[in-house]
Amino acid sequence: MMVPLEWYLILSAALFCIGAYAVLARRNAIAILMGIELMLNAVNVNLVAFWRHLEPAGATGQAFALFVYVVAAAEAAVGLALIIAIWRSRDTVVLEEVDLLKG
Amino acid sequence: MEEIQPILFVIFGLITLGAALQVVTRRNIFHAALFLILTFFGIAGLYVLLEAPFLAAVQLFIYVGGIAILIVFAIMLTRRMASPELDPVNRQWWIGAIAAVALFAVLGLVLLGHDWGQAAGSVPEDSIQLLGRTLLDPEGFVLPFEVASVLLLVALIGAVTIARERR
Amino acid sequence: MFDSLPEVILRLAWLIPVFPFLAFLIIALWARRDNQLCHILAITAVCFSLVLSQVVFWAAVLKPVGGGEHAWLDSADWIPTGSGSFQASVWIDPLTGVMLFMVPIVCLMIFIYSVGYMNYGTPEQDKRYARFFCYIALFATGMLGLVVSGNLLMLFIFWEVMGLCSYLLIGFWFEKESALKAGLKAFITTRVGDLFFLLGLVALYSAAGSLQFEDVLSPETLVHLSETTINVLGLHLPALPTIAILIFGGTVGKSAQVPLHVWLPDAMEGPTPVSALIHAATMVSAGVYLVARMWPLTLAAASLAPGIVLWIGAITALFGAIIGVFQDDIKRVLAFSTISQLGYMIAALGLGAAATDPALQIGAYVAGVFHLITHAFFKALLFLASGSVIHGMEHGHHHVHSPASPHGHEAHQRFDANDMKNMGGLWKRMPRTFWTFVAGALALSGFPLITAGFWSKDEILAMAYEIKPIIFGILVFAAGLTAFYTARQISMTFLGKPRTKAAEHAPESVHSMTVPLIVLAVFAVSLGWAGIPDELPVIGPLVPNWVHGFVETTIEEHVHLEHHAAAGQLASLAPTAGGSGDAYNWAPLAIGLAFALGGLAVGWFVYARWQPIESADQLDPLERALRKIHMGWLYEFFRRRAMFDELYQKTFIGASIAISRAFAWFDSTIVDGALNGAGWLGRTASDLLNRYVDEAVIDAFFNLVGKVAGIVASANRWFDTTVVNGAVDLTGNATTLAGKRLRRVQSGQVQAYLIVSLVAVVALVAVYLVGTQWLNW
Repeated sequence: MMVPLEWYLILSAALFCIGAYAVLARRNAIAILMGIELMLNAVNVNLVAFWRHLEPAGATGQAFALFVYVVAAAEAAVGLALIIAIWRSRDTVVLEEVDLLKG
Repeated sequence: MEEIQPILFVIFGLITLGAALQVVTRRNIFHAALFLILTFFGIAGLYVLLEAPFLAAVQLFIYVGGIAILIVFAIMLTRRMASPELDPVNRQWWIGAIAAVALFAVLGLVLLGHDWGQAAGSVPEDSIQLLGRTLLDPEGFVLPFEVASVLLLVALIGAVTIARERR
Repeated sequence: MFDSLPEVILRLAWLIPVFPFLAFLIIALWARRDNQLCHILAITAVCFSLVLSQVVFWAAVLKPVGGGEHAWLDSADWIPTGSGSFQASVWIDPLTGVMLFMVPIVCLMIFIYSVGYMNYGTPEQDKRYARFFCYIALFATGMLGLVVSGNLLMLFIFWEVMGLCSYLLIGFWFEKESALKAGLKAFITTRVGDLFFLLGLVALYSAAGSLQFEDVLSPETLVHLSETTINVLGLHLPALPTIAILIFGGTVGKSAQVPLHVWLPDAMEGPTPVSALIHAATMVSAGVYLVARMWPLTLAAASLAPGIVLWIGAITALFGAIIGVFQDDIKRVLAFSTISQLGYMIAALGLGAAATDPALQIGAYVAGVFHLITHAFFKALLFLASGSVIHGMEHGHHHVHSPASPHGHEAHQRFDANDMKNMGGLWKRMPRTFWTFVAGALALSGFPLITAGFWSKDEILAMAYEIKPIIFGILVFAAGLTAFYTARQISMTFLGKPRTKAAEHAPESVHSMTVPLIVLAVFAVSLGWAGIPDELPVIGPLVPNWVHGFVETTIEEHVHLEHHAAAGQLASLAPTAGGSGDAYNWAPLAIGLAFALGGLAVGWFVYARWQPIESADQLDPLERALRKIHMGWLYEFFRRRAMFDELYQKTFIGASIAISRAFAWFDSTIVDGALNGAGWLGRTASDLLNRYVDEAVIDAFFNLVGKVAGIVASANRWFDTTVVNGAVDLTGNATTLAGKRLRRVQSGQVQAYLIVSLVAVVALVAVYLVGTQWLNW
């Protein structure tokens, strides 16, 4: 018996929420970034699951997943560069201490 | 083959979720990174289960071989002389946890409440070739493909510029 | 491409003044720093003009161009004026041809001479070397442009260009105050003449409708002019004589005729090449050229105009010769000599216009033009040679006075290198200068046969004898004086023993100075043989009278000669010169020779043999002789140039100054007084008004109004401070408080923002879900 689609969906939802918790609760900026990666992976799992279940003969799902990979990579690179730049100028990676938007 | 699929799913699923939980709770960020790598492996396994071996390979290449390494570098570059920070979570962590759980509840309700229909069928033999062709097909995804390349280029240049040593 | 030779020649003729102008521009704008480049540019430009001029001249001779209708004309519309337009045109006829033959050669010689004179390459090189060549290049443009012009407007423009260059070049060494004044004097005096010229041009244009030579000089126009009158301030003057006399006014100024001659002697303040160029060969010749060009006007104007021209010329000739005898400055002698010789030319042209016999008319005209050409050569030669002498004297002076000299120091007085009394014995020290000077001087005196001056001057005398014997008398006496002062000049400068140390040490000049002298001397000797009259026995029939045959075609249509030889033939006029029959008239020649040779002999005898001046302080024998008979005042009078300058100073200049003083008095006393009075009046009136109207009445009223306004303002103030301010303060405080409270939302914590958004989204979705699932929305 094949694994039902709903299992995959629940899995990806759970993964997404774990990632969201990391983004909201962790202090270290890199940890937040890791959370974002988890969320992106959850999205990918979702996409591939849907592809397998709804239209495996096509390539749309996989293609989409590839694009998500690309975007995730780009975003990871830029984000880490930003973290390093902030580290250099403020000597901290704790996001609470970066509060320039404070008004 | 069919029978062990659920078992494999459970195994891979547990690996993934477990490692993910460790990622978000570990005090030592380096350990968190390592668990992140484990998560990626789990997801790769799930892809194999979903008969998308190409994506599994891509997952390993990009995430484990690229992004995870990047994260490790960043961790090392931003290390402080003192011991790792005292508190892994900030002041509002409990609101975050509640929000995450609420989100999960909502998502779960939505997803389970919908009828997704029958499974469509099997994956063709040449799905990877099909994927390749579709990516470069003018009526397929060649435009997003090219745009994605540009995006990568821009992101790389931007990252290098941002992270450059300033004199 | 060209239909005919004249077309080619005319195109080339346009270019003749262009080359020196280009040289002027290039030197002025770019080449200033490099002295050698400047003189190369100027000399090359004149060479080009020379080549073109020679081409034009020989083309005009060989494919004969005539005057009037047969002249070669090329004109183009230039300045539009109402119905037509002023033309820019080039006109080639025999008169133009001979001028084009002479001017570039003389200019070239002088340009080459200037290289040495301005001390190129030596430590004494003139500081403004480049500027000099710039100016003389512009000047050459002016003269060449004037000669090829086809209408009076262009001629006038180039005339003025030359006037400007004359001013600039006379005052070239502007550190000397005398040079500055001389430049200004030249400009202003010629301006007076130019004023008359301009009036003449205006009158001519209004009467004839055009300034082109082909129009103005055509017989039809002349007839028309002789019948019309010009309205001058209500007087109806006959057009033709008025115009002729007015235009002649320009010549009186430019060619230094009496009474406007006073600028020429002072113009010697300029460098000697300038004196040679402007005041011997070209600019002053331009005045004579103008008379020659406008000669048909004068001819047709009957008796008054030719008479004026004639007498002014004769008087000038005599006057110049007399004053020249009494001058000690080598250049001033030559200056007065120039004035005198110009008088000859003008007299000749006037004689031609006054004569009645057509052959005599032509003869006198040709004689005047011929003398113009030959004079240019030998006068330029004389000036350049005198410059060489002056140069030598200055070098000798420096040599004597330099600390390195073993001769010790002479007293440091003001040393005048031009003063002939300081010279002497230079024939040994400066042989090339000496012999070329002699050649020029003999030409000037009219030494027979081997000098050009003899042939040309004798032509004039012969014509004068036939036309108006009294003029002949004046001119021949002047010729005698000319010979006398020439011999005096040679004796004092070159012969005898050196009278000063400077003269003892004067060196011969450099080749760039002496070679032009030699070239000009060749012309001074040989040019006369081109104009040997055919009637002269023995020599005459051997050689055709080229000059006569060529130049006469300029005016042939104005002279009513029947069966005149066609313009194509070079043969001269049939021997009917002088209405006295076929035999050659020896009288004028004999008398002329007698005076010339006599003058030379007397001069040489007095100054070289009998009473040679031994030292620089000695008196001139002439002076001594006059003083003995208590007529020393006469000597002084003539030495001071017949007191013309003093006369003008007392009359014209004094009058101008007096008039300006009067106007100045008028301005400061009356005009200013009126203004001051008006001001005083205004002030008093306002004072009264102020006291009785303003202060008492108006101010009191305003004070009342002000008090009322003050009360109103106080009430306003209370309202403002209490009520309005309170409200505003309240608003402000409320806003600030609100801001303080709400500020806390902006914590700067990104994660806080994220939580808010997530919670909001979740809440919204939850509400939606609940609504759709259980509340049936």
